[in-house]
Amino acid sequence: MRYPFPVGKADFIQGDEAIARAAILAGCRFYAGYPITPASEIFEAMALYMPLVDGVSIQMEDEIASIAAIIGASWAGAKAMTATSGPGFSLMQENLGYAVMTETPIVVVNMMRGGPSTGQPTFPAQGDIMQAIWGTHGDHMLIVLSPSTVQEAFDFTIRAFNLAEKYRTPVVLLGDAELAHMRERVYIPNPDEIEVVYRKLPKNEEEAKLPFGDPHGDGVPPMPIFGKGYRTYVTGLTHDEYGHPRTVEPEVQQKLIGRIYRKILDNKDDIISYEKFELDDAEVAIVSTGIVSRSAIRAVKILREKGIKAGLLKLNTIWPFDFDMIEELAEGVKKIFVPEMNMGQLYHLVKEGANGKAEVELISKIGGEVHTPMEIVERVVG
Amino acid sequence: MYLKSAYEIRDKYLRKDMLPTIFCPGCGIGSVLQFTLRAIDDLGLNQDEIVWVSGIGCSSRVPGFVNFDGLHTTHGRALAFATGIKLTNPDLKIIAFMGDGDAAAIGGNHLIHAIRRNLDVTVILINNFTYGMTGGQVAPTALKGLKGTTAPYGQFENPFDIAQLAVSAGANYVARWTVFNYLQGMNSIKKALQKEGFTLVEFLSPCPISFGRRNRMKTAPELIRWYQKITVPLAKAKKMPQEELEGKIVIGEFADRDRPGLVREYQEYIKRAKKMMGWEE
Ligand SMILES: Cc1ncc(C[n+]2csc(CCOP(=O)(O)OP(=O)(O)O)c2C)c(N)n1
Ligand code: SF4
Repeated sequence: MRYPFPVGKADFIQGDEAIARAAILAGCRFYAGYPITPASEIFEAMALYMPLVDGVSIQMEDEIASIAAIIGASWAGAKAMTATSGPGFSLMQENLGYAVMTETPIVVVNMMRGGPSTGQPTFPAQGDIMQAIWGTHGDHMLIVLSPSTVQEAFDFTIRAFNLAEKYRTPVVLLGDAELAHMRERVYIPNPDEIEVVYRKLPKNEEEAKLPFGDPHGDGVPPMPIFGKGYRTYVTGLTHDEYGHPRTVEPEVQQKLIGRIYRKILDNKDDIISYEKFELDDAEVAIVSTGIVSRSAIRAVKILREKGIKAGLLKLNTIWPFDFDMIEELAEGVKKIFVPEMNMGQLYHLVKEGANGKAEVELISKIGGEVHTPMEIVERVVG
Repeated sequence: MYLKSAYEIRDKYLRKDMLPTIFCPGCGIGSVLQFTLRAIDDLGLNQDEIVWVSGIGCSSRVPGFVNFDGLHTTHGRALAFATGIKLTNPDLKIIAFMGDGDAAAIGGNHLIHAIRRNLDVTVILINNFTYGMTGGQVAPTALKGLKGTTAPYGQFENPFDIAQLAVSAGANYVARWTVFNYLQGMNSIKKALQKEGFTLVEFLSPCPISFGRRNRMKTAPELIRWYQKITVPLAKAKKMPQEELEGKIVIGEFADRDRPGLVREYQEYIKRAKKMMGWEE
């Protein structure tokens, strides 16, 4: 297959561009979007590339339509993605819930900007962490990934598609304006260097009749895509394993939502990814995610030079959240600092995880600039 | 037209395990569903190549009762979902079953843009002037003076004429009938299903329970008599002075043209892209 960009070598590109290229290498063949800073360049790259790989790129009338279209595309058998920023992500929330409820694999990219409302369109922020995790209504479970470099934007996009397909779930890729527009050297692998996962399809009629069942005991039903003669009915209403609406039976809701939670939580070890820097003997830990992790790594180095035993836990997956791991971390250190570009969202998760075993302090910064390493160092030194 | 027995149609196309339907006695949705299934049957279309999509409302529950692939989505968004299905697999024929509130209020933006793009879909629109499922609030189609729970003193806003809207936005085929005009209705659905691009058949459909009761028409026959009174066939309407048409609804075929559909346009676009990039001659 011919690709519209060089593969098997490094390139110097923006985060948005990296996400688009990764999506295509991951097998994405349907993109629907609505322009918004700082995610528009993802769309523009997809618009250039998609027709060349016989995929679809279409500009919808709004973000509600964009996510709707990719869910439709997914049920017709395509790997599909949309990308947006805060205001558009808010509009997508109802259908994000629909994707959770109907167990539709899709990837939704949110390149965060300062908010609320139209806020700071061209500046980075991490104000949508809670929206990504809990934005849609009802009890739900999905996966949220958070890259911090352009290379990670590329790698995590591929991972987002793989996780979406493997667990039949929406996956949110949560970047920020800094990452969207920054250029870095990225290695674009050859297709044969990448592991690409495709959704389980029903092996026979029997499995196809249970589009929301659990024939393999792993919580992930094979997905009978449209047009194969299975005559599947998909509804956002509470449904049994056959897909029939059963809205007034508590057991049916419990079973369905229970399985949607379980298929993710039982596979936490596969889904959750993090990196530890200098944590083995640390007395002070920093927990961060996304763009701020870059300053945090530097801060740890400076602190070590000053003789302070600091370490960093960098979260690549922010949902599901490993509360137990944070508690373990808290047991080994005196204090945890959480630098983030908002008024405290990751902080609350870390604090709950720490469970009182260590003091947790928020290093909040808003306004559109990433923390400098010294800002983190100064707060840690006190 | 030879009409097969209703039992034959039922047995061939309905999901027995989903019956009974949620529809109230006298509701017109079942009739329109029957017209649609008969049209499919008459045309001999492949059941496995049709996907039904819908939003939320009484009308939108239809895909659940028919034995086809079906996507019952969020309120108003069916056509946006359909865009993804159709462009991903152009071999699938798509029927969108929509309510008037679903299509023209919350979904109004998707409706006009799906028509503008000429998305290849057949919309079967149930116009009952009301929000049936939520208990009788006014819909954007409600004529002035009609009552609903959210306009207890009679609607004071102007109504949408969905069929005319579809004509102006560029649909390839548009027709409107009442459930009483079943032969014309079925023929229109057949025409619509055979066409490329966006096609819409609107039905004035009785909702005695949520709508009729509040407007002194408690039964389907009363509503049908009212529809007969307020509708005017297109040919006749053309000769009538504008004042006389006030408060009336014109029925008939309003558009029948063959502009290229979205799928064909996109396939051409792919060719153009490859040519511009020098990938293909
Ligand atoms: C976002 C959203 N808003 C409101 C509702 C509540 N709701 C359900 S059905 C409906 C109206 C249905 O009316 P219509 O589309 O005319 O269909 P009918 O029931 O008359 O067939 C509304 C407002 C909803 N489900 N979702
Ligand atoms: S409320 Fe009205 S539209 Fe809904 S099922 Fe009853 S009669 Fe039909």
